[in-house]
Amino acid sequence: MKAFTFERATDVDAAVASSAKPGARFIAGGTNLLDLMKVEVEKPAHLIDISRLPLRDIAETPEGDLTVGALVSNTDLAAHPKVRERYPMLARAVVNGASAQLRNQATTGGNLLQRTRCPYFYDVAKSCNKRTPGAGCSALQGINRMTAVLGGSDACIAAHPSDMAVALMALEATIETKGGSKGGRKIAIADFYRLPGDTPHRETNLEPGELIVSVALPPPPAGQQTYRKVRDRASYAFALVSVAAILDLDADKRVRGARLALGGVGTMPWRALDAEKGMVGAEAGDKAFAAAGAVAMAGARGRGGNDFKIPLAKRVVARTFAGLATSISKG
Amino acid sequence: MATVIGMPIDRIDGPAKVTGKAIYAADVGADKPVFGAIATATIAYGSIKSIDASEARRQPGVLLVWTHENAPAQAPWVPKAEDPFARPKPQLDSKKIQYYGQPVALVVATTFEAAREAAALIDVTYEKGEGVFDLENAGKDTKTPKQDNVGKPAASKVGDVDMAMRTGFVSVDETYKTPYQNHNQMEPHASTAIWDGDKLTVHCAVQLVESAHACIATTLKLPPEKVEIVAEFIGGGFGGKLPVYGDAILAGLAARELKRPVRVVLTRQQMAHVTTHRGASVQRVRLAAQRDGTLTAIAHESLAQTARADDFVEPIVASTRSLYAAPNRFTQQRTAVLDLPIPGSMRAPGEAIGLLALEQAIDELAVKLDMDPIALRLKNEPKDDPEKHIPFSTRNLVACLQQGADRFGWNKRNPKPGANRQGQWLVGMGVAAAIRGNFLRKAEAKVTMTSAKTATVEMDMTDIGTGSYTIFAQIAAETLDIPVEAVTVKLGHSSYPDTPGSGGSFGASSCGAALLDACQKLKARLDKGEGPQGLTAMGKAAPGDDYKKYAQFAYGAHFAEVGVDADTGEVRLRRMLGVFDAGRILNAKTARSQLIGGMIWGVSSALYEEQPLDLRFGSFMSVDLANYHVPVHADIPSVEAATLKEFDRHANALGSKGVGELGICGAGAAVANAVYNACGARVREYPITVDKILPALS
Ligand SMILES: Cc1cc2nc3c(=O)[nH]c(=O)nc-3n(C[C@H](O)[C@H](O)[C@H](O)COP(=O)(O)OP(=O)(O)OC[C@H]3O[C@@H](n4cnc5c(N)ncnc54)[C@H](O)[C@@H]3O)c2cc1C
Repeated sequence: MKAFTFERATDVDAAVASSAKPGARFIAGGTNLLDLMKVEVEKPAHLIDISRLPLRDIAETPEGDLTVGALVSNTDLAAHPKVRERYPMLARAVVNGASAQLRNQATTGGNLLQRTRCPYFYDVAKSCNKRTPGAGCSALQGINRMTAVLGGSDACIAAHPSDMAVALMALEATIETKGGSKGGRKIAIADFYRLPGDTPHRETNLEPGELIVSVALPPPPAGQQTYRKVRDRASYAFALVSVAAILDLDADKRVRGARLALGGVGTMPWRALDAEKGMVGAEAGDKAFAAAGAVAMAGARGRGGNDFKIPLAKRVVARTFAGLATSISKG
Repeated sequence: MATVIGMPIDRIDGPAKVTGKAIYAADVGADKPVFGAIATATIAYGSIKSIDASEARRQPGVLLVWTHENAPAQAPWVPKAEDPFARPKPQLDSKKIQYYGQPVALVVATTFEAAREAAALIDVTYEKGEGVFDLENAGKDTKTPKQDNVGKPAASKVGDVDMAMRTGFVSVDETYKTPYQNHNQMEPHASTAIWDGDKLTVHCAVQLVESAHACIATTLKLPPEKVEIVAEFIGGGFGGKLPVYGDAILAGLAARELKRPVRVVLTRQQMAHVTTHRGASVQRVRLAAQRDGTLTAIAHESLAQTARADDFVEPIVASTRSLYAAPNRFTQQRTAVLDLPIPGSMRAPGEAIGLLALEQAIDELAVKLDMDPIALRLKNEPKDDPEKHIPFSTRNLVACLQQGADRFGWNKRNPKPGANRQGQWLVGMGVAAAIRGNFLRKAEAKVTMTSAKTATVEMDMTDIGTGSYTIFAQIAAETLDIPVEAVTVKLGHSSYPDTPGSGGSFGASSCGAALLDACQKLKARLDKGEGPQGLTAMGKAAPGDDYKKYAQFAYGAHFAEVGVDADTGEVRLRRMLGVFDAGRILNAKTARSQLIGGMIWGVSSALYEEQPLDLRFGSFMSVDLANYHVPVHADIPSVEAATLKEFDRHANALGSKGVGELGICGAGAAVANAVYNACGARVREYPITVDKILPALS
């Protein structure tokens, strides 16, 4: 670990002001940043501890949104009655992530910005374009079972590891910030993450020093929600494939609306808009749900070790919607 | 005399462990210790062209930087030795790189952080050579050794397997693969070295104090009496702490140079390469049988890694020679000499992965015969050792299978794969046999009456988390007829009487028998009216003729029930039972813990565990516990272990056999067989993950 200086931010403005210091980084729960610092993947010169800022509330706005402070812990987010009642897929996604200890420490803002788990990204002795732009990607021909099949480029196929962010994609959350060139803004989550292209080191559209202060959840769309995570062990494992799905059926069992986002398969939390659109009006059933899986994975490209994710994701999409349809028909 | 041996008493070191009073090598109090960090090679084969440590030397707090250019002279490595773990382990002694992650430099600094940061600043330029990394494509580096690691012949042949395969009513000829694995003990390899005048004490995380003592003294060219090794508590060994590594050698050398205590701890990431691992294997099993299930041929051939820098040959096929009867037999252990980190013993070296193949093949044969896999095993129960033709000391595999089947409800199993569907889950059951060689080693023990009613036991044996402290207290208490609380057990100092240490499941029996002998001698003298205060007796144990006259093994039967998610192919264990015959049980509670620990590791081998190797670099890629999967609590809902009442009088005076490794033997195969029964997927390449099951699900 590189030696660094440390300060504890007293308020949001002070934190934003301090971020102008050379090599400054925010640290919230530290569950991702510290691990990366220990292996010298991250080498901040200055840490601004934001963990005591008053951004720990979950509140309802007059418009019916739910705003979640950036420092709300993953545990508190998943346990909040309003979240459980209105956004059950989010509660499920969060408790499907990491371990209880980590969720107690991890924050909403930090979860959005956690970095990939690609083993070559973690190993400073191997080349990685995310770490050193232009150095080359070791994963393309390497151990790439956990990497992405959607959104990858010849520069990077690292998967985005977050579960929470997949649900937020499906729920069309908005990220609210302070600082940066505009002094603060609202960013739709659809515009928040970037595809790797040939700049995989740039993962989001946040500006340097821009602080996430909250995440706003619009009222949930009609229908039943769920989050299904497929993983190598029963708990404490990153997703091979995960599916955040919402299904709304009319009285004739036709699809009135659907939402679909996937985790584990994309270089960013992956919204499958085309698959959603294709389902609308279709009769709820295996045919429509299988088609949704096929459309969602239409552009997928395997790189050997991760090939299995493509058929797996199709199955999981289809089975997850089928499960929702069954539970709707049961009332 | 009250019965104490065998009672399920709590471990006597438990309170110290949960209150932080048990001191491990990296926590030993020392006067102003300084901290060493190791830098490791980033190529697997070649040599160091140049090494620039100037930046590291300039860092604040840095006290010493050693590379091969300036490290102190040490005794050279020797390729062969009677005790491989006593061989010198010179560090930073050459510019040659023999494996990825080999230590190339040591930095000592006033803080751990400064040492680590400086170590990362050492700039090494390499001359890269072409290493051989691929087990299955090692070409001329594929060898047929004469002996395996425990000195048994690497091959055996009886009758004509090829002919039996041609003429059998059914046959199985399949190839199974097991991956690289790491021990990943909770406690990293760590050492604190302290000099007092010309005497060196190294507190280190080792299983074999005696071997470590010899290794460290010879490497540092010190008279043995000037070196004390202390290993009072070890946070998991599993075979990965049989050898001594650079942490101990370099801490000892640096502490001498700096004239103050030095602590060196490997990082979790370094452990993957610097310490030993379980080599990957490719195993071919051939079986032939008559219509009634009588085996006519068993052949088990294995190819596994050995390192160019070492001579380890895992005895993967050895126990296959003794498990089932068959007139035609063939076993062979081949090795590929690879430029990879050094493989070594890992819990039940040999059987742990050998049975993953053999016991799955037996299940495949049962399917082909349309026969119950338990009935098939019972049919082929041998009367004596099938290759040596000597009697078994005791053998209760049949009872383990039968009692286990009753307890587990085996008769409810539908032999047809995929027949038992519960909601989204396809549920199946599997069975497998366990066998593990039983060993005894030379050991000595000392017991002293410290008052009329209290005694102290001394041995250089270790307790690597298994319960050694506790069973020794029980043996002394029962034999001397004093309460367990009146016995103080002192282990893990090289100045105590010599023992073989912890390894190969021989510790409890070897040291226990020596202690029993000491206590019996002491009791006889006490009964004669000598002492008591200060009265001392020495005892010993050594393998006698019974180890030649009788084939000695411990046995078991594993039963597993799994669910396979019909949508995703995810496998989840539902319950598991093992019934074991390990001779006399010395403490029912710690033995059970050992057995279920082994079984859980078996589940891990079947479903989770794999250290992926990047063949381009010769390096392992899952070097932390986020990526290197072992079971978590949610994966292990119910595991039960039962033991038969036994006393193996040929094994040793206590009648006990090893339990530490028995639980893992065959456990993974029972899980693999349950997966097949659940969903029809026969996965022969471990671990059995979703990607390998999916193709079998329609
Ligand atoms: C072993 C392990 C297993 C895990 N498994 C899972 C899993 O299965 N699923 C899953 O989704 N996650 C998993 N995680 C990841 C975990 O969810 C993240 O580490 C955590 O959410 C990060 O939150 P944090 O507050 O600790 O972030 P930190 O580590 O403090 O910060 C992470 C990044 O975010 C930046 N940051 C933090 N807060 C803000 C803010 N308010 N504004 C701007 N920048 C900010 C930091 O500068 C840093 O770059 C796992 C982690 C570990 C260690």
